[in-house]
Amino acid sequence: MSASATVSGPRRRLSVGRTLAWTYLGGVVLVTLFPFYWILRTSFSNNYSLITHPSSLLPVDFTLGAFRRVLGIATSAESLAEGGSGASINILHFAMNSLIFATLSTVLVVFFSLLAAYAFARLQWPGRDLVFSVLLTALMVPGILTLLPNFVLIKDLGLLNTFGGLILPGALFSAFNIFFLRQFMLGLSSEIEEAALIDGASRLRVLFQITLPMTSGPVTTLSILGFIGAWNDYFWPLLVTSDDSVRPLTLALAVFKQSSPQAAPDWAGLMAATLVAALPMLVLFLAFGRRIVDSIGFSGLK
Amino acid sequence: MAISTTTPARAPRAAGSDRTTGPVRRAGSPAHRGDARLAWVLVAPAIVGFLVFAAYPTLRGIYLSFTDFRVLTPPQWTGLDNLRRLVADEVFWHSLGVTAYFVLLSVVIGMALSVATAVVLHRLTASTALRGIIILPFLISGVVAATTWSWMLDAQLGIVNIAIRQLGLDPVFFLGSSKWAIPTIALISVWKGMGYNAIIVFAGLQTIPPTIYEAGRIDGANEIQMFRRLTLPLLRPVLAMVLVLTVIGSFQVFDLVAVTTQGGPARASNVLQLYIYDKAFGQFEFGYAATMSLALFAMLIAITFLQMRLLRADESDTN
Repeated sequence: MSASATVSGPRRRLSVGRTLAWTYLGGVVLVTLFPFYWILRTSFSNNYSLITHPSSLLPVDFTLGAFRRVLGIATSAESLAEGGSGASINILHFAMNSLIFATLSTVLVVFFSLLAAYAFARLQWPGRDLVFSVLLTALMVPGILTLLPNFVLIKDLGLLNTFGGLILPGALFSAFNIFFLRQFMLGLSSEIEEAALIDGASRLRVLFQITLPMTSGPVTTLSILGFIGAWNDYFWPLLVTSDDSVRPLTLALAVFKQSSPQAAPDWAGLMAATLVAALPMLVLFLAFGRRIVDSIGFSGLK
Repeated sequence: MAISTTTPARAPRAAGSDRTTGPVRRAGSPAHRGDARLAWVLVAPAIVGFLVFAAYPTLRGIYLSFTDFRVLTPPQWTGLDNLRRLVADEVFWHSLGVTAYFVLLSVVIGMALSVATAVVLHRLTASTALRGIIILPFLISGVVAATTWSWMLDAQLGIVNIAIRQLGLDPVFFLGSSKWAIPTIALISVWKGMGYNAIIVFAGLQTIPPTIYEAGRIDGANEIQMFRRLTLPLLRPVLAMVLVLTVIGSFQVFDLVAVTTQGGPARASNVLQLYIYDKAFGQFEFGYAATMSLALFAMLIAITFLQMRLLRADESDTN
């Protein structure tokens, strides 16, 4: 706060500009946050009563019914009485699927990227630079080109409708992760590692007990960004799953929305489902807010 | 499993001293003797992943684009038939037009707002809380964003239309009208991505030394002049990267459209990725879908190359 005074110099002359700028920021914050509030407000409303008080800023006829519907614990009579569509989903089941999918794919790809990055940054071996530049070509290819053939491959491997099919294509390799971690490791002093090697530590021990702790910052960054990406992914799960046993939350939510009648949608139920789908990200945000902000900025600058 | 045999870390110190390869390597590192074997073990998963799930699918996608392939029967080589069909396919060109319109709107508006927000934040406050708030929409999925905005933009009960009516105007059928569907989806996309891009631009701004602005101020430059003459040129590499990533991402928009309009009304929001998906999984024409993917890929490469050239992305104007 006090830093801005030193940056902006003569404050009084700029006061009109500053007022405008603050107004603009206020507008941005309002537009950013209002939909989140509206999710909350609607999800605690009675869907029937929403029709009569569509502009009420507080929940209309406060009820937890919408959450009971999406958690699959409301009877259909209860659901219809509150203006639900009668469609219900067991959202916790899909949330668990999402958690498995997002966690496993993130942990695996970050782990394997770490191993590869270490080999590229710290080991000396013939072919290193060649292999590295070949792997980096993958950065150029956008998803659209590989999605259909990857689907065919997963299908040929008999992995449709399995967590393997969801996770495997992205679990072993990420050009960006390897590049990012290697870049960071190159900037680390190797003296401690070499001292440990001289003292008789094995290479692997050095990797896990010395290099990894020093790399925890970027590892966290990549884990957070990877988890967000996997949790929110829609297209790949849509291709490889058709069965509720492994489908993640994004798909369940989309199906739930499409099953809501066009004429009188269960908006309260939809917003409750939306809130549950967004909740883990919001918790992640509360826990790692600053870290996420730094990660995004950092990833942009490489 | 061969890992345990590759750990003779106590090799004579002198041995490895001058066999350094890369320019980054410092001389004198001991024990690089077992490196090669360990390195291949460590890199193996990544290489397998690259070959199986990146390189092979890319080549296979290119091959399939020259075939008639309907998943259940083996692909039949048909040469350039798919390409000829694509050139004559009006729906493809329509979808391309729709996609281009979406990209134009979302990128222009998104970039303008991201840069404005980043600059304003940079000049006013270093608050992490504010930066945190504006990236909130990035954290949620496109499906969540699309569902929420479908509700807020609902023609009857949506809060936006209620506000519009209170101003005495006619309600807007945002997602239900051919005219408004794409602009509306573009705005949802901007809402979702603006904060993310603003944070990256903000990080770029922080790398500009404040002394440059002090010098500018001493020379009598006002805020707008400093923005045009100092900020924009110095930010060019960051802006180029954000622009390229946003364009590539926008061209592949899918979830927002799939959840809000499913391409409608009357194909008005039938973006390319939706058409490709429909061809592949609705009509099982994988060969043709692969041709369209390849065409989209070629366009993205061309656009990226063009953008990088136009923006001279690799150099800022520091010197």
